Amino acid sequence: MNRYYWILGSFAALVVLLAIGLNLNPRDVPSPLVGKPAPAFNLNVLATPDKTLGPKDMLGKVWMLNVWSSWCVSCRAEHPILVDFSKKSDVPLIGLNYKEVRGDGGFDMSKMAADEEKKLAFQRANTWLSQHGDPYKLTVMDLDGRVGIDYGVYGVPETYVIDKAGIIRMKHTGPISPDILTQKIMPLLAELNK
Amino acid sequence: MNVRALALAFVFAYFFGSTVAIGSEINEAAQAADPVAEKRLQGLSEELRCLVCQNQTIADSNAELAQDLRHEIRGMIAAGKSDKEIIDFMVARYGDFVLYRPPVKGITLLLWGGPIALMLLGLFALQRYLRQRAHRMGDDKPLSADDAGRANALLEEADNK
Repeated sequence: MNRYYWILGSFAALVVLLAIGLNLNPRDVPSPLVGKPAPAFNLNVLATPDKTLGPKDMLGKVWMLNVWSSWCVSCRAEHPILVDFSKKSDVPLIGLNYKEVRGDGGFDMSKMAADEEKKLAFQRANTWLSQHGDPYKLTVMDLDGRVGIDYGVYGVPETYVIDKAGIIRMKHTGPISPDILTQKIMPLLAELNK
Repeated sequence: MNVRALALAFVFAYFFGSTVAIGSEINEAAQAADPVAEKRLQGLSEELRCLVCQNQTIADSNAELAQDLRHEIRGMIAAGKSDKEIIDFMVARYGDFVLYRPPVKGITLLLWGGPIALMLLGLFALQRYLRQRAHRMGDDKPLSADDAGRANALLEEADNK
């Protein structure tokens, strides 16, 4: 009899482990960037293409960086939440437009010249923001995704909270839900702004 | 029969050829001229996980991020970076998760030590079981003279009936 309890017990333990494993989110990969300085970049600003912006311009402020693109379906779901946030909060939200043209998949990049890509990207990003609302203080254009690699972007949208010293305090992969915004992001912003 | 074999070979070649073609995009082919660098790229990208399709290496995956990262690795190889520098570059951005062979440290101890611990546990259980069994077998001693006499008496009684 004793032996059957053993077998049953081991089986139950396996079931529990499996249940835990199935409920974990495999996309929830801890970012090594949290606690590190925001990687430097210097990218063209969407509204004023002759100007550039980088994290060092934001020093002294608590700010958020949101990675988006017009071809990104989840960004569309997240967008109203960001628009709403920008109306309520003073925290500057900077948009990082990620591979607007070459990430789309609908273009043959071997046949597209660099300036043609740039023109199209700015045009598409502007159209999208005028259609869906613009929650961003500024948007910078990461045409080739090189800055995205520095930020460890692997699934748009992604959002970073960066403190006054330019240190990344939080990274969220995937669309922001109202719960995440009110329960995680807002308290963190309030604490950092103290 | 020959026609069928030929058709089969054609279909096979088509699929095989097409996957290879996707893997080496036009912009990737340009740098593929250097076989030594290409071999290093292959080795490195087999060690790295593609975060978009998490069960594939960067070498296997055709996800756009994997292509970008292969491109990045090529650039670093061309710039004379060592394998360790390239791996560190990836870990700094995507964490240990990007490695198919994560380093042994506190948080990965169970991952590395778990299988060995389980094997030791199994060996221990096996040893205990074998010892108990040997003990039980040891109990089957030959009958004492008294018991043998009684058994014989019982058997004879049964025979006489």
